[in-house]
Amino acid sequence: MKKLILSAALALSAGLAAAEPLKIGMAPEPYPPFATMDASGQWVGWEIDLLDAVMKNQGLEYTIVPTSWDGIIPALTAGQIDVIWNSMSITDERLKTIDFTDKYYKTPALIVTAASGGVAAPTPEALAGKVIGVQVSTTHQAYVEKHFLPAGAEMKSYQTQDEANQDLVAGRIDATQADSIALDAFLASDAGKACCISVGAVADDPEILGKGVGAGVRKGEAELLGKLNAGIAAVIADGTYDTISAPYFASSIYGG
Amino acid sequence: MQNLPPHRIVLLVIGLGLAAACVWFGNWSWLMNPKYAALIPGAIFTTIWILVVTTGLGLIMAIALGFAQATGPWWLAAPSAAFCTIVRGTPLLLQIWLLYYGLGSLFPQYPWIRESWAWDILREAWPYAVVALTISYAGYEGEVMRGAFRSVPRGQLEAARAMGMPRFTMFRRIWLPQAIQRVLPTLAGETVLQMKATPLVATITMIEIYAVAGRVRQDTFIIYEPLLLIAVVYMAIAGLIVLMFRWFEGRVPVKAA
Amino acid sequence: MSPWELLALEPPGWGGNLLRGLQNSLIIAFGAYSLGLFLGTLGAYGKIYGGPILRDLLAVYTTVVRAVPELVLILILYFGLTKSLNDLLQLLGYQPIQISGLVAGIVVLGFVQGAYATEVLRGAILAVPSGQIEAARAMGMSPTLLARRITLPAMLAFAIPGLANLWLIATKDTALLAVVGFSELTLETRQAAGTTKAFFTFYLAAGAIYLAVTLLSNRLFARLERWARRGEPPLAREGA
Repeated sequence: MKKLILSAALALSAGLAAAEPLKIGMAPEPYPPFATMDASGQWVGWEIDLLDAVMKNQGLEYTIVPTSWDGIIPALTAGQIDVIWNSMSITDERLKTIDFTDKYYKTPALIVTAASGGVAAPTPEALAGKVIGVQVSTTHQAYVEKHFLPAGAEMKSYQTQDEANQDLVAGRIDATQADSIALDAFLASDAGKACCISVGAVADDPEILGKGVGAGVRKGEAELLGKLNAGIAAVIADGTYDTISAPYFASSIYGG
Repeated sequence: MQNLPPHRIVLLVIGLGLAAACVWFGNWSWLMNPKYAALIPGAIFTTIWILVVTTGLGLIMAIALGFAQATGPWWLAAPSAAFCTIVRGTPLLLQIWLLYYGLGSLFPQYPWIRESWAWDILREAWPYAVVALTISYAGYEGEVMRGAFRSVPRGQLEAARAMGMPRFTMFRRIWLPQAIQRVLPTLAGETVLQMKATPLVATITMIEIYAVAGRVRQDTFIIYEPLLLIAVVYMAIAGLIVLMFRWFEGRVPVKAA
Repeated sequence: MSPWELLALEPPGWGGNLLRGLQNSLIIAFGAYSLGLFLGTLGAYGKIYGGPILRDLLAVYTTVVRAVPELVLILILYFGLTKSLNDLLQLLGYQPIQISGLVAGIVVLGFVQGAYATEVLRGAILAVPSGQIEAARAMGMSPTLLARRITLPAMLAFAIPGLANLWLIATKDTALLAVVGFSELTLETRQAAGTTKAFFTFYLAAGAIYLAVTLLSNRLFARLERWARRGEPPLAREGA
């Protein structure tokens, strides 16, 4: 019986990661400029470049595993992936389930709306009676629930921010709230330019919006956490962070 | 419960024990949370109304498609056959996304659509879900109905025509009822399959019970308990469907020739 | 960019991505189908020749899998598989192993296929004339020889329509793995459509690819059925 299980286990592990590179979970949907998959199947973007730099610095082998965003934390806790490196904000709610590294960027949350007939300002009063779209399981969803729903807004949840943007272009929702960089990239695209404008950042709420973006690891993986933190600190200290950011952003997005 | 063999009693007890263990050891705190508990009845209702509406409309469409293929002229039969083949040859998820994202991105480009009364409906997700599921059901049942119409004995139809019955009355009184009677068992199975297809509409923002389980999982990271609960709900609905069709079959007078 | 440029095989066309996704879909479909056939054979024999407990357990298996949506089963198995396998291995004192998305997808879909295959194969085996089986037993044929020489060839003809349907279900169910983020054809299509905003182009292209797979499979299975029915007298013609 033991032999059977052993051979089955060997067969399964042979079907997969034998040398155990780290499995990095990223949502497969395009999230420019942080992470997108291009036409040749390669991952490109600022977050990918940073990941590569940190891993090189620490001498870790890795492979990117596409994981659906709405199941990415359960996938981490269940062992499907080892690290979440997908613009996930560090919040107390999430810290109950997983551990985070130190932050590697922090940017405000923006509301983008239709150019005509949309929302006037990023305040609860302006959003009363409007439909706002957010990505599921994000700090923005929690923010909308806490601040805008009681004021009379309606919320629609999407699996990916990209879908929310598409519905904004399609006129199905009046506004969307998400990370400012990602929305800037959307506004710079053809579809975004034609339809929508930004109405500014929302009032900050650090408890909900979090203390910046970090990488997620399972609880109890102190060694991995230490390595990643060391890597992030090293990359920032030796200037690689700024070199990577230069082609994407005019100023540093590390945040205060 | 009479004549229950002993091994079945043991299995039932073990089954109930497992269910009790799930309830006892599982994390059901999310059910107490009014945010989620309030969503569940509405979500179950959404699942059921989508199922009923798409099955009803799909069956009507299937009758037309099956009839066209069984006895229609080639210019009706060929497109119907092509329609059924295309619908059955592509995944339902793809069809749903094609309608919602493809058509959905097409409509807002025309200002006259945006201004009209239809915009409030076209803005929502449910029309696309209903259309996609109806088309899917019609594609599969069209084949089933084609076989059903063919299987009704020709003699009855000829006798009706010989007696001067108008064509539509013959269809309504003889051909259609007999065709449906013959395929009731198949329709029961297909309706269960349709129920199993309803979770896919959660991917286009409709809130039915699979979406609620997803919501709980995303907010609280509790994975299994919500899924187990909705599995039980789906099994219950499937059981109801089977019972309902059995009742229909019971109402049909069948003379074993 | 025109639709043809978008679909080009080399970047910046996305055709290469779509075909890679198709390859993944077909690998999973094939793996799941084979696993399903294996489980289905075990299940069918269990249901026909097994004891009452085995029959009841198999009945529970087939009923639950046929009543619960695949998406729910996929999620339960996707999260539960790695965790429980590793828990089991740790209990037995082995190191935890990693399971790739591919293997997880195959196991999950194979599990679902197994329930349907059980029913198809059971119906087909029961349709083999019992006289042939009794005669073989009377002549002292061993059960394995009986299965290989008599049951299998005879039941194949009855099973093929159902099995052909199962193969089509397997190929289309791979699309559901897009919901857990696995890179098969449907997810690649959504990515391409999302990045380029050319929805109709990519969704229609993916639909055409799936349709091509379906039509090809139908042809193959029709051939297979003709081969399985070789030697049978032709069916009586209706009417005339």
